[in-house]
Amino acid sequence: MLSYAVRRFLGAIPTLFIIITLAFFMMRLAPGGPFDSQRHLPPEIEHNIKAAYNLDKPVYEQYFIYLGRLAHFDLGPSFKNKDFTVTQMIGEGLPVSARLGLSAILIAIIVGVTLGTFAALNQNRVSDYGVMTLAMVGITIPTFVTAPILTLIFGVYGVRLFGYDISLPVGGWNDGALPNMILPVTVLALPQIAIISRLVRGSMVEVLHSNYIRTARAKGLPNRLVIYRHALRAGLLPLVSYLGPAVAGLLTGSLIVEQIFGIPGIGRYFVTGALNRDYTLVMGVVIYYAAFIILLNLVADILYAVLDPRVRYS
Amino acid sequence: MVVLPSRNAETLEKAQEIKGRSLWVDARRRLLRNRAAVVSMVLLSIITLMAIFAPLLSPYAFDAIDYNVVSCSPDWWPDKMVMCNAGGAHIFGTDSVGRDLFVRVLYGARVSLAVGLVATLVSLLIGVTYGATAGFIGGRLDEFMMRAVDVLYSLPFIFFVIILMVIFHRNFFLLFVAIGAVEWLTMARIVRGQTLSLKQKEFIEAARAAGVSSFGNISRHIIPNVVGPVIVYVTLTIPSVILAESFLSFLGLGITEPLTSWGVLISEGANQMETAPWMLIFPAVFMAVTLFCFNFIGDGLRDALDPKER
Repeated sequence: MLSYAVRRFLGAIPTLFIIITLAFFMMRLAPGGPFDSQRHLPPEIEHNIKAAYNLDKPVYEQYFIYLGRLAHFDLGPSFKNKDFTVTQMIGEGLPVSARLGLSAILIAIIVGVTLGTFAALNQNRVSDYGVMTLAMVGITIPTFVTAPILTLIFGVYGVRLFGYDISLPVGGWNDGALPNMILPVTVLALPQIAIISRLVRGSMVEVLHSNYIRTARAKGLPNRLVIYRHALRAGLLPLVSYLGPAVAGLLTGSLIVEQIFGIPGIGRYFVTGALNRDYTLVMGVVIYYAAFIILLNLVADILYAVLDPRVRYS
Repeated sequence: MVVLPSRNAETLEKAQEIKGRSLWVDARRRLLRNRAAVVSMVLLSIITLMAIFAPLLSPYAFDAIDYNVVSCSPDWWPDKMVMCNAGGAHIFGTDSVGRDLFVRVLYGARVSLAVGLVATLVSLLIGVTYGATAGFIGGRLDEFMMRAVDVLYSLPFIFFVIILMVIFHRNFFLLFVAIGAVEWLTMARIVRGQTLSLKQKEFIEAARAAGVSSFGNISRHIIPNVVGPVIVYVTLTIPSVILAESFLSFLGLGITEPLTSWGVLISEGANQMETAPWMLIFPAVFMAVTLFCFNFIGDGLRDALDPKER
């Protein structure tokens, strides 16, 4: 098992390397550099600025310089936000993004598993169809539609419940205060809740029809134990391998959610950075996101191997 | 000796066609019994027809600006507290420069559906060829090709599409290709898996023994037999492509003015939703309904083509 984990880990390194290389050269392909502005700089000054950022050197040389710095975990200075290094900027945004994403995935797993199991236990009944229709709604309506509509309902029009005004703030982070978190986290979690509940329902239906569940029932185990101890354990396995894609989906969603709700996370940096040709900032965000996705895929694979006795890696 | 078996296979094929209750007939019957799928097909056809005949359905041009009716609600809007009333034939109201929203939603449908179809086709071509080749030839090549897919899978692809769109200045054609190039991975995996299991079947072995080349085997025997799962996946890819395009457009990286797509319209609507909610609601409803339809049809097809699933 340990050797499998180590091998998987080593296998992830070339992947990350490919990502870094691809992103680096793609950004350099773009016509126009970070210092092309409307106003024309005198050539000497432009040359000096470029030299300061090594932009006057050939691209492959820039690439090796970048890799060399990266080996020291130095992501370089931001091209557009003077006086800030990319590491500083990401350091500021990452806790915000991470808090948002973690809350969303936790809620998605808890709600998704509950709904999926509930639907599977009521297979082909009205409640099953109800949950699955809701899940379909969750999958088909994209984040950038749910976000404004929920904002409209809960933020702009406001909601009164038992005489209390429970309107939510429509934007801003406010250091992660709970009311500010509710809307973005909900929006981010909704599609994942939908996907997870469909996934769990599918696998639970299959498991509930399997022989060993019938055996467990036949030997007189109470229903609760059959479900918690036997069915859920096998039924939740597919969820583990969905962890990687789920996180990738969350990161994509966070680009939108952070933009709509004005949350100072790293997703916002990416879009503005790409538009401004802030090479180093975009590279930094891509590396962080890619490393995170790869890491989670890795964890998912290893977890799967640990949890499923049928999987044996030699 | 070489010709004989394949001619036999042809006669067999014809015999199956005549027999009438082939897998496909069965599948169609099952599909037509699925009410959600049938309703979806009807709705989708209506939306498609409306998109195709958009210029005939409205007296307004999609890019005709009219500053007399900026952000005006349709005549029938229940909330009378709105700024102004577009009146006339603006049945969905007007946008922030006075263009007719109805005709713009339909033009958005044109772009979104076109992107969905073309990008899916791109992903279909790459995915099926790649997967069938890897699965059929097998061995080292298969291992290498699938490892490459694994690596690509773990790339945060949408980021690369974003970078691409920035680089090439929102090139319309590139948008198709970029999204298609992102979506072929799952297709390749599905086709490869199917191919691997088909490869063991006797009829492939027979064809191979009869001297049919690898290419001939893949194109004549493997690909026609993986059509079922591929069709299902295609219907499920189209909505995800439409989503990807709208996602990019929403971020301001997709379609550019005066052309429009649902993503662009939703993005504009979201900015104006406090004063002009119709600008958000109509494109959002059209898009949601379309995505629903594709998903229901995809699910219906899956149940129809693979009765084991039920």
